[in-house]
Formats: sequence, C-alpha cells, structure tokens
Amino acid sequence: MRILVVLEHDERGLRLASRCALTLAREAAACSDGELELLVMGYEIGFVAQEAAAYAPVYCADLPGLQHCTADRAAKVIADAARDCGAGLVMGASTSWGKDCVGRAGGLLGGAMATDVTACAMRDGILAWRRAMFAGGVGAWIALEGDPLIVTVLPSAFDPAEPGGEAGEVTQMEVEEATLPNQIRFESAGTKSGGRPDVTEAAIVVSGGRAIRNSDDYERLIGGLADQMGAGTGSSRALVDAGITPNELQVGQTGKIVAPDLYLAIGISGAVQHLAGMKNSKVVAAINSDPEAPIFEFADYGLVGDAYEIIPELIATLSDDG
Amino acid sequence: MKILVPSKRVPDPDQRIRIAASGHAIEKDDLPFVLNPFDAISIEEALRIRDENRAGEDEGEVVVVGIGGAAYEKELRTAMAMGADRALLVECETAPDPWNVARILQAVVEREQPALVLMGKQAVDDDSNQVGQFLAALLDWPQATFASKIEFDAGRVRVTRETDMGIETVSMELPAVITADLRLNEPRYASLPAIMKAKRKPVDRIDCADLGIAIEPRVRILEMEPLVSKRTCVQVSSGTELLARLRDEVGVL
Ligand SMILES: Cc1cc2nc3c(=O)[nH]c(=O)nc-3n(C[C@H](O)[C@H](O)[C@H](O)COP(=O)(O)OP(=O)(O)OC[C@H]3O[C@@H](n4cnc5c(N)ncnc54)[C@H](O)[C@@H]3O)c2cc1C
Repeated sequence: MRILVVLEHDERGLRLASRCALTLAREAAACSDGELELLVMGYEIGFVAQEAAAYAPVYCADLPGLQHCTADRAAKVIADAARDCGAGLVMGASTSWGKDCVGRAGGLLGGAMATDVTACAMRDGILAWRRAMFAGGVGAWIALEGDPLIVTVLPSAFDPAEPGGEAGEVTQMEVEEATLPNQIRFESAGTKSGGRPDVTEAAIVVSGGRAIRNSDDYERLIGGLADQMGAGTGSSRALVDAGITPNELQVGQTGKIVAPDLYLAIGISGAVQHLAGMKNSKVVAAINSDPEAPIFEFADYGLVGDAYEIIPELIATLSDDG
Repeated sequence: MKILVPSKRVPDPDQRIRIAASGHAIEKDDLPFVLNPFDAISIEEALRIRDENRAGEDEGEVVVVGIGGAAYEKELRTAMAMGADRALLVECETAPDPWNVARILQAVVEREQPALVLMGKQAVDDDSNQVGQFLAALLDWPQATFASKIEFDAGRVRVTRETDMGIETVSMELPAVITADLRLNEPRYASLPAIMKAKRKPVDRIDCADLGIAIEPRVRILEMEPLVSKRTCVQVSSGTELLARLRDEVGVL
C-alpha cells in the first residue's frame, strides 16, 4: 500500500508535529507492508523538500498560489497527489492546519477518516486505529471502511521521526496555478503572543487554572515560574473564558493536546476535558488547595496548598539555584 | 439571509461515560443529553447575525437541523426557544458517522439553499472535527474552520480563525461553511416563556431515505476502553521538596 504523508513547514523547515506524524506513518507502513511518499506544498520551499527527502520520496508542489495555502487549494493538491500516486492511506498531523485542510481533502476522497489517532495495529487482518472519544473518557479502536483511508495523527502521542530508512528523491508536482480553486482569500495572520516555547512543543509546561485571578498574576506567577524552568505556559479553559489567557494556550479536549516531560498543573481541578489534553504527559505534578481535587488522581506528585504562597517560593528557590 | 445550523445531541459533558457490555458503544440508558456546546455557539451566532442584520439584508432566517431519532425533538425545541425560526429533524435510526452526516447535510442544503452553513467545529462525543470540512468539500463551497469572529462586507464574509499559530483572517464569497470555535460568543439561555412557546412550534421531519441517502458506513468501532489513571500520587509537603523530587527522582528539571 502507498502511504501519502502530508507534511507542514514553517520558515525554519518541517514542523515538529509533522515529524511526529511520520513516526506513526512508519508504524503503519511496517504493519501493512506499505511504502511512504511525502507531500510538501507552499512557495519557494525547495529547502523543505530537501529536508523531507531524508525520510522518503517527496512530491513537492511549489508555486506562488500556495504561499498562504488556504483549505480549498490545499485539499485539492492533497486529493490530486493521493490519486496520482494511488495512495491507499493519506496521513497528516492533527494540527489546526491538518484538521482544516486534510479534513477537507478527506471530504474529496470519500470520507473514511479518523482524527487525532494515537496508535495503529493489525487486528484480524485489518488496519485498526486508536483514538480518544468523549473528552478522553473512552479510548477506542476503530476500523475505517473506504479507499483511501485518511488519518490525522495526534502529534503529542509520538516522538518526532529522525531521518533514515528509504531516503528519496524530490519530484515536482505539476500544478497549474490557473486550476487552483479561488474560494478562500487569505487576508492576514497575527503572530503568536510571547517568546516562550510553544505549549505543544515545550519539554516542560507550567499551566494555570481558575486559582489565578487576573492576567498580571498569571504573568507573574505562571509566566515567572515557566521562565525559571525554561518552560512553555498553558492554561485551563476557565482562564481562557475569563479573558486571562489567549486561546492558543488552552490545554484540553477543545484546546491543545500536549505530552511534555513535565506538566505542572497549578490551581486546576482536573475536569475530564482538561485531562484529555495533558494526561499523557510523562510526569504530572499538581498544586491545589483542595486535597480532594481530581487532578491528584492523575498526578505523580501532589502538593496541597495555596498557589499564591507556593509559586513565589518556587520562583525564589529556582532563581537562587540558577 | 438564510442560515442553516446543523446540530448534534451529545451526552451531557459533565456526566461520567460508561461503556456498554458489548464493548462497542457507551451505556446510553439514563444518560442526559444536551445540544453539543459548539452547536449552541453556532445557533447563538446565527441569531445575532440575523438580529443585528449583520449581513445587511432585511430578511433573515435561522434553520436548525438535527439528525437522529424522535428524542432529538427536545434539543431542537431548545434551539427554537433560543430563537431559531424553524427546526428540521432528519430521521435516521443509527447515529451516522461524519461522512454520512455530511452527505445528509449536503442533501438538506440542496433543498434549503441557505447562504451560510454555521456549525460547531466538533461534537464533544466522538470529537471528530470532520463534518464541516467534509460538507464544504461535497458542496464545493469555501470553508472557514475554528471561527472566533464573523463579519460581512460587500457580499463577502470575513472570518477570524483560531489556529496553532495564533489568529488568522480569511474572507470568502457566499455561500460558505463556517465552523465555530469557543470564543465566538457565549450562548444565551432560553427563557421559560420562550421554552413554553417553542413547544408549540412545529418540527419538520424528513426521513433520511426520502433525502435520497443510503448510509455508507465509514467508521466501525472495534473496541472501547474506559479511561483509567495509571499514576499514583506522591504527596509532598513543600515547594522545595517538590523541586528536589522532580530533579532527583525524574530528572525533569
Ligand atoms: C464541551 C466542553 C469542552 C471543554 N473543553 C475544555 C478544555 O479543552 N480545556 C479545559 O481546561 N477545560 C475544558 N472544559 C471546561 C472544564 O469542564 C472545566 O470547567 C475547566 O477545565 C475548569 O478549569 P479549572 O480547573 O481551571 O477551574 P476549576 O474547576 O474552577 O478549578 C479551580 C481549581 O483551583 C483550585 N484553587 C482555587 N484557589 C486556589 C489557590 N489559591 N491555590 C491553589 N489551588 C486553588 C481549586 O481547588 C480548584 O481545584 C470544557 C467543558 C466543556 C463542557
């Protein structure tokens, strides 16, 4: 079976999320006797194609019309590439771009799709996929029926792939600018707030919940502690709803799903919807004034107490050490 | 402008989910259901677009669609109590997967001819995040997913989107599909008089087969397992102890 993996990039090169998706793609290839083909698209992305070629053969769609690759165009390129190479399986990362664009491509390719997949296995001769449902309250193994299958991979469930295996060549895809759809116009993109590591990529995430009363406190306590640890910051939905933290910091079922080496949950109760976003972290530590808070059940270390007293103490200790 | 709002009824997110003995489904008996929270946001936004006359057209209509059995009427009436003009129930015995939901909605769109389909970015039961994208692809309409702001301007709709990289703005010609993210608005609660009044409003019903749709399953559940914590929590007594343990025992600092 041909497996087409759609890769994303930024100005520095392949996105980490895409390399994590490649890890599952290799597992899927191993258990289905499959071969990987990669797809990169954008404008002036020769360097991305070269980087990708260290993993497997690459299709490259490189033209001005793909610079800000809107979903209508991306989906067409993905679907065309999937048909051209006879892909039986199309994969991508479950990022916001992947959900938007690979999702629409899924609609063009018959809809046999699973999102946020965390594992695959052969079960009774069919390829089965594991994914969470009900805010992570249920883990399900599912089978997809159709051709091709479309799968987006939960990046935090995998380590990023390293180059190797069947390194390949770059083939330029013939895409006519004039045949690209023109339905969605890109207008502008804001830049992300703050210089801290991205919550989905940071090795340590310091995350605050409703215990934090305002944005100054968030910056001083959560931000301050994160900076001492070289960490990224996150938050529960309670703080996003209160306007204290921006949306892209929300961890959970309807926010980001993260799995850092250390997740430090401060003043977060541990609602299932929040657990859905962090329960696969390697180590979880929780600070909460309520000894009965459900978060402790999902933590390796727990400290009962007032965040407003404990965090300044932690910051002071760390800055003395450093 | 006519706005179609597809919706789904989902188990109340505050309830604990139990897996049925078959291992392929959840235990639905006694489980309270609610409108999917993202769909409530979509209904709210559609009402505001209509009532603020945001698209600059005098005639506005909000039509809410549900797919399911007779029990769905309750949630559709909730939508009408919030202020939707009409509700349409597509009767379907089994809960269709995202592909089939999109096909049913495509048929509904072809009958209703809305200028805008506004729907939740995901249903919080299967968390698939697929139907809006599938529907836009099937209709060959533009799409803007994860919307946190919707504006109209000279026949185009401008949507602010929540992405991993921060905020992005796109614009599209109508008709279009938009999927709602959390920050789009805070949905209203229906007032008691409105709930009483909505009881008398009709819910149109149509059989899935009458729309010309035969379900083509795409997703089969093989096995479900409940969430269990694999951790045991070590209680520490101070911040200093916490830092020392994280450093010495797990080496994460
Ligand atoms: C459809 C849906 C989707 C959702 N998606 C998400 C999601 O993606 N992410 C998410 O996080 N939530 C999500 N939620 C919301 C979720 O259900 C919870 O409401 C939310 O996670 C609660 O946030 P919290 O833990 O910060 O607040 P609370 O539940 O209010 O908990 C605050 C905690 O802080 C503790 N505390 C208070 N003061 C102090 C202090 N001084 N020091 C130490 N501890 C203190 C309290 O003991 C309590 O445990 C969703 C809900 C729904 C219905």
